[in-house]
Amino acid sequence: MINVFNYIDKDSPVHALTGASKCACMILWSVAAMMTFCTPYLILLTAFALLAFKLSKIKLKEVRVLLLFTLVFLFLNNVLIYLFSPEHGVELYSSRHEILHIAGRYNLTLEQGLYHLNVILKYTSTVPVIILFVATTNPSEFAASLNKLGVSYKVSYSVALALRYIPDTISEYHDISLAQQARGIEMSKKESLGKRLRAMSAILIPLIMSGMERIDTVANAMELRGFGKNRKRTWYMSRPFRAGDIAVIVLGIIMVAVSLAYTAYNGSRYWNPF
Amino acid sequence: MKKGFSVRTIVAIGIGAALFFVLARFVSVPSPVPNTNICTQYGLLAFMAAVFGPLAGLLIGFIGHWLTDLSAGWGVWWSWVIASGVFGLLTGIAAKKIDLDDGEFGKKELIRFNVAQAIAHIVSWIVVAPVLDILIYAEPVNKVFLQGTVAAAVNIVTTAIIGSLLCFAYAKAKPKKDSLKKEQ
Repeated sequence: MINVFNYIDKDSPVHALTGASKCACMILWSVAAMMTFCTPYLILLTAFALLAFKLSKIKLKEVRVLLLFTLVFLFLNNVLIYLFSPEHGVELYSSRHEILHIAGRYNLTLEQGLYHLNVILKYTSTVPVIILFVATTNPSEFAASLNKLGVSYKVSYSVALALRYIPDTISEYHDISLAQQARGIEMSKKESLGKRLRAMSAILIPLIMSGMERIDTVANAMELRGFGKNRKRTWYMSRPFRAGDIAVIVLGIIMVAVSLAYTAYNGSRYWNPF
Repeated sequence: MKKGFSVRTIVAIGIGAALFFVLARFVSVPSPVPNTNICTQYGLLAFMAAVFGPLAGLLIGFIGHWLTDLSAGWGVWWSWVIASGVFGLLTGIAAKKIDLDDGEFGKKELIRFNVAQAIAHIVSWIVVAPVLDILIYAEPVNKVFLQGTVAAAVNIVTTAIIGSLLCFAYAKAKPKKDSLKKEQ
């Protein structure tokens, strides 16, 4: 099977948690980091994220490609923000401490610097958690865990089906692509854009039409086995909750609560030292 | 809501999300502008929403985009994941009148389908995604609206080409309604 999700099987406290609690914690963690612009709190969240990473025994080089993607994305996003709105921080914090004049409307201000730091911290506090979740959760268990979190089992089953058919669809895509290339379509950069688009549809249409046929086959098979008859369903891969799972969910709730409490206490989402 | 899902819809959501994932990760045409690719997955999403309805469209967009973000590693960009779901939902609602399973996809349906997807793209990328970007990440207003407008324009064109082609191919393979007559 092609490991598109980078699941790395290891024996660690993070792996021992159920997918449901990790998923809940990841979502709560993201919500907490999304809501606040309190820089010290974001630094604390980042420290926690790195600590969890350490506990999981996942090595940096195992997720190097993912991290590289993140860094490029983060860099481009910051550059774009600065190009479009070099005074955004000044507006947000309604004060102005200029350090350096660059050219035209582009200045270096402390406020803009703090805003960019916040944007970067929002990434560094959540991306390790998401990478960790992906690397330590078995995809099959993940679908079972969604059901435990209260998602209707039919929707959870859709996710399970998606995870089950992604590798099949990838290999089918490669087969169709090779077959069409053998018949002479050109996909490389040598061709013009319009020709490449047309070549793309020569691959896409058979791929999707065979997907539509597969929907009918799988739906018939499931219907024949009486899927959807009962209100509940058991899962082969589900595991019972342990103390650690509850602790992780409580931790997530505390994080969101701190975020909310800070906003209420401070009167705004922004930590403003100016 | 639980009763509304037929087994076929559940399977369509699962396999639709898998197709969305593969298209988003592997099937993108490099465009002349560096670092941007032409996304092909929204053509698929519009087509699936037209066949299986708004709820399926919502969930295919949401699950497909979410799984893509999880595997790609740039963190889950929630505002755009939600916008993908909204696109599927709106296209599904607006395209409800098109009956692809009866083999009908003529000029009238073609126009209806493309108006539906264009409106849905505009709402998703010029309203939903930027507003969420501002709410969640407090990003500069002009940056997110420009990004949204570019995304909407590119997506409308690719959806018009790929989505319409898919609808034609699918409708052609289905027998037309009333195409059989009882012999007297």
